[in-house]
Amino acid sequence: MERSFIAKNPSVLWFLLGLAGFTIVITILSEASGAALISTSFVKTLGKTLCLCLVAIAMDVVWGYCGILSLGHFAFFGIGGYAIGMWLMYARTEDIVIASLENATLPPTPDEITNAIGTQIFGVVGSSDFPMIWAFSHSLTLQLLAVALVPGLLALVFGWLAFRSRVTGVYLSILTQAMTLALSLYFFQNDTGLRGNNGLSGLQNIPGLEAVSQATLSLWFFWASAFALGVGYVLFAWITAGKLGSVIRAIRDNEARVRFLGYHVESYKLFVFTITAIIAAIAGALYYPQAGIINPAEIAPIASIYLAVWVAIGGRGRLYGAVIGAAVVSLMSSWFTGGKAPDINLGFYVIGWTDWWLVLLGLTFVAVTLFFPKGIGGLFDLLQPRKGDAP
Amino acid sequence: MNTLLEVSGVSVSFDGFKAINNLSIQIAEPELRAIIGPNGAGKTTFMDILTGKTKPDEGRVIWGEKSVSLLGMSESQIAQSGIGRKFQKPTVFEAQTVRENIVMALKNPRGPFDLLFKRRVDDSADRAREISDEIGLSDALDQTAGALSHGQKQWLEIGMLLAQDPRLLLVDEPAAGMSPSEREHTTDLLVRAARTRAVVVVEHDMEFVRRLNCKVTVLHQGSVLAEGSLDHVTKNQDVVDVYLGR
Ligand SMILES: Nc1ncnc2c1ncn2[C@@H]1O[C@H](COP(=O)(O)OP(=O)(O)O)[C@@H](O)[C@H]1O
Ligand SMILES: [Mg+2]
Repeated sequence: MERSFIAKNPSVLWFLLGLAGFTIVITILSEASGAALISTSFVKTLGKTLCLCLVAIAMDVVWGYCGILSLGHFAFFGIGGYAIGMWLMYARTEDIVIASLENATLPPTPDEITNAIGTQIFGVVGSSDFPMIWAFSHSLTLQLLAVALVPGLLALVFGWLAFRSRVTGVYLSILTQAMTLALSLYFFQNDTGLRGNNGLSGLQNIPGLEAVSQATLSLWFFWASAFALGVGYVLFAWITAGKLGSVIRAIRDNEARVRFLGYHVESYKLFVFTITAIIAAIAGALYYPQAGIINPAEIAPIASIYLAVWVAIGGRGRLYGAVIGAAVVSLMSSWFTGGKAPDINLGFYVIGWTDWWLVLLGLTFVAVTLFFPKGIGGLFDLLQPRKGDAP
Repeated sequence: MNTLLEVSGVSVSFDGFKAINNLSIQIAEPELRAIIGPNGAGKTTFMDILTGKTKPDEGRVIWGEKSVSLLGMSESQIAQSGIGRKFQKPTVFEAQTVRENIVMALKNPRGPFDLLFKRRVDDSADRAREISDEIGLSDALDQTAGALSHGQKQWLEIGMLLAQDPRLLLVDEPAAGMSPSEREHTTDLLVRAARTRAVVVVEHDMEFVRRLNCKVTVLHQGSVLAEGSLDHVTKNQDVVDVYLGR
C-alpha cells in the first residue's frame, strides 16, 4: 500500500531530471567551460530566472494550494536580498579599505577602519555612521541567518495577527499589499540605514573570491540556484502531497468546513505562509548577488503582483505550472523590455515593445483568467488525463 | 444513560429577530433524538450554536462528564472534543477523492507537523475502507467527491462524521434529495451509529422520523414546543396547530 514519495508523485522526478539536464547543458555551453556559446550575462539571467521560479513555487503553495492570495511574497524575496547584500557590501568594502590603508605610515586603528568603511558605504546618503541595522553585517553566518529569520519572523507575526482575526479573501490580499507598501517605503527612507533609494550595489563581487572570474562565479551561482530550486520543489511537493496537502487544499476550498472537522485552520495558514516566506527570502538571497544591485523599488507592491500573474499564467495549484509561468513570463519580459524585440511598424504608429509589453502581459493575464483558468500547466492535462491536483 | 449535553436558557437574535428563544434541551449518551419543526424554527441555528459557529446572547451549553462550557471554545476545539456535524447542504471537498475526504476526517492528531511527519497516524487505509463499506462507497474510493450523486455526497459526509468518531453527531436534514431506498439506508446508518453515541437528527420528513423510532423534540420559533415520542407529540394540540395542521 505505502508507495514511495517519488512513485506517488512522478512529476517530481521528471522535474528534477529536467532541471539536472538543463543545468548540464548550460554548464557545457557557458564561457567558464571554454565553449563560450552563451555569454556570462545570459548565464546570470538564467540563474536569476531559476530564483524567480523558486519564489513562484512558494507563491503557488500559498495561493494555488492554500488559497491565500499574498501580495507580499516578493517583499520577503527582497528582504532576503538585502540581508545577504549587507554582508557582501560590508565585507568587500572592508577588504578595499584595508588594502588602501596598507601603505599608511601608522597602522590604522580599528576605529579608523570602521569609519572608513562607513564613509565608503554611507557617503551617498551623507553619513558615515553605521546604523543599528548593520550590527551583524560583518558576519556572513549571522546575515545568512537573517535571510531566513527576518522574513520568517515577519511572516509569523503578520500572519498570526491577520489569520487570528480571520481576515480572508480580498481583505487579506489588501492587508499583505499594505505590508509590502509599508516595507518598501521603509527601505526607501535614508534614516532606515539601507542607503535609501540607492540600495545596495556591487553585490556581484563576492568577498574572498576576487580571484575567481565572473564567468566562473556566474556558473557557481547558477548551480546554487538550480540546487535551491530542486530542493524547494521537493520540499513543497512533500508538503502539498499526502494528508497535509489534502488539508491545505481543503482550507482553500472551504475553510469553515475544515474547522468543523477539528483542524485549527489558522495554524495551517500560518505554517504555509511562514515557510513560503522563508523560501522566498532564500530565493532572493541567491538572486541579488547575480543581479548585482538591489534597491527598494524591487520590493514595491507591483513586484508581488507580477508574481501572482506569473503563477496564474503558469497554472495555479501545480508546482511545475508556477515554474513554467515564472520562467516564460520573466524571460519574455526581459526580452521585450531589453530592446531586443523588433518593434512593429504600423505606418501610422510604431508599437515599441518596451512600452507595450505590459499591455500584452495584462491582456494575456485577463485572457488566461477568463479562458484558461488552469494556465499553461493545464496543457499537461491534455497529455495525461488525471484527477485532482498534481504537485 | 447519563447526560452528555445540556443546553439551558439559550437565546440568540439576528438584528433584533429572536432565532433561538430561551431554548433548553438535554441529550443523553447514547441516544437518538430527532428535532423537527417548520422552516425557520431555528434548527440549523441550534446546531450552529453547539458547534461554535454562532455565539448565543445568553444561556449555557454544558458538555461531557467534566461539565465544560462549549461557549468559550473555537470550532476546531469543539470538534476535537467530540462533536461532529453534517451540514444541511452537503459539504464535502469536491476537488478531492472520497478516500482523501474520509482520511482527513479520521480521528488522528490534527496539527500541521503531525501530518507532515505522519506522527501517531495509524491504520488510516483500513479505517477508510471500513467506513467506505459502511456508507456504500467502497467502489468510489478513488473517485473525486465532486463526481458523486447528491445522495452519495450526503453519505460521504455521514461517513466523514463516523470517521471523526465523535460522541455527539449532529445531522442536519440528511434525507433531503434522497430516493426512498437511499433514505432507508440512511436511517439504518443513523440508528446503528446511535447505539454507541448520541445522535441528533434534524429532519423535515415525518416518515423518515417515524422510521428512526426515537424521542422527538418539536422546535417552534426558537424554543421547544413539545417533546416525547412521535405519537405523543403529533397528538399535542399546539404542534398540530403550528406545524402539522398546515
Ligand atoms: N446568520 C443569520 N443572520 C440573520 N438571520 C439568520 C441567520 N441565521 C439564521 N437566521 C434566521 O433565523 C431563523 C432560523 O433559521 P434556521 O435555524 O436556519 O431555521 P431552520 O433550520 O429551522 O429552518 C430564520 O428566520 C433565519 O432567517
Ligand atoms: Mg435548516
